[in-house]
Amino acid sequence: MYNFDLVRPTSIDEAVAALGEEEAQPLGGGQTLIPTLKQRLAMPSKLVSLTAIAEMKGVCKTDDNALAIGGGTNHATVAQEAAADFPGLAHLAANIGDPAVRSRGTIGGSLANNDPSACYPAAALGTGATIKTNKREIAADDYFQGMFATALEEGEIITEVRLPIPEASNYQKFEQPASRFALVGVFVAKYADGVRVAVTGASNDGVFRWSEAEAALSSDFSAGAVDGLSTPDGSGMISDLHGSGDYRAHLVKVLTKRAVAAAS
Amino acid sequence: MTKVSMTVNGKTVSGEVEGRTLLVNFLRDDLHLTGTHVGCDTSQCGACVVHVNGEAVKACTMFAAEADGAEVATIEGMANSDGSLNTIQQAFQDYHGLQCGFCTPGMVMSAAALLKENPKPSEAEVRDYLEGNICRCTGYHNIVRAIMAASGQDVPAVAAE
Repeated sequence: MYNFDLVRPTSIDEAVAALGEEEAQPLGGGQTLIPTLKQRLAMPSKLVSLTAIAEMKGVCKTDDNALAIGGGTNHATVAQEAAADFPGLAHLAANIGDPAVRSRGTIGGSLANNDPSACYPAAALGTGATIKTNKREIAADDYFQGMFATALEEGEIITEVRLPIPEASNYQKFEQPASRFALVGVFVAKYADGVRVAVTGASNDGVFRWSEAEAALSSDFSAGAVDGLSTPDGSGMISDLHGSGDYRAHLVKVLTKRAVAAAS
Repeated sequence: MTKVSMTVNGKTVSGEVEGRTLLVNFLRDDLHLTGTHVGCDTSQCGACVVHVNGEAVKACTMFAAEADGAEVATIEGMANSDGSLNTIQQAFQDYHGLQCGFCTPGMVMSAAALLKENPKPSEAEVRDYLEGNICRCTGYHNIVRAIMAASGQDVPAVAAE
């Protein structure tokens, strides 16, 4: 690693001030950024650790039936705290990486990085979440802007994520067996006004909504409703040694059916 | 350089670290606690698992400065106060849960974190929890048996697969 200064502010305001400096970069749980630094793929002059900011941690249910999760909340905490109100999300969080990674990795870090194979982007887009930052609120539909690209500006921090609690939901991940990242992951969430289906791992453009499945499932929430749909187009999907675009497209349909069948 | 202080295995320690100093390097190079191993250095193998404020973390993927003020537990603090092996360590010996032993510190620390959270895990839960700990010798069966024994449960007769 190139060397850098590391600071640990204890409030959002202090963190924002520290990030105002040239070449300063935020550090969440570090489960992606630290390996990146080791490969010398990033060269910040200052890292602003967000892990000591108490006001950015924790999970609570809001009056309008959403789950509000602090941006600095680790996956293990979400897995535990969301279990009663939002089991689909708890299950997703409980299966990211491994236990030691879940002790460090955070929801804000995952969404800010927007890895095309990460799990949390599927939950955020699949619930129509609101991403709250130190500056503004961003709807999930506007937030994800392609592989590793988001609406976040330089120095902007995800302070909270609000996910409307669905009537039923489930996340199905087909793991790439070496990395255990999602080769394809599908999050399905059923609300009174319709169903949302978000897909991670598959597209060259990052997480996306499968609108045909949403329409079919909104009128008939059953695995059978997915059967009648044609497989999504594989030409825009990631093709690599782990699977072709057409293979990933096929998995999208299979996993959507499984998620609907398992939704609770 | 920044000054950090933390509690490691019950003792207050401090030192000077660079921003980029990893927790594992601080433990090994500065405190000479070399029981925590660096296997892959890419947060995959789990040989460097320690507990920070009671949670299992990979010490190769956390900066020392982030542990400032924290309670850290390493393999060196696991033995009983009279120096004898603790229940988990003894079970690893009894059930031959190691061959070369390189991964063992991380396995023991992960096992301790699991049993704290889930005192009577099923065999499947043990295997699932060890997802982030890689052993290249044993094939895991005896590690799983050791952890089941340490939890006070019947040890499954694991058929070689």
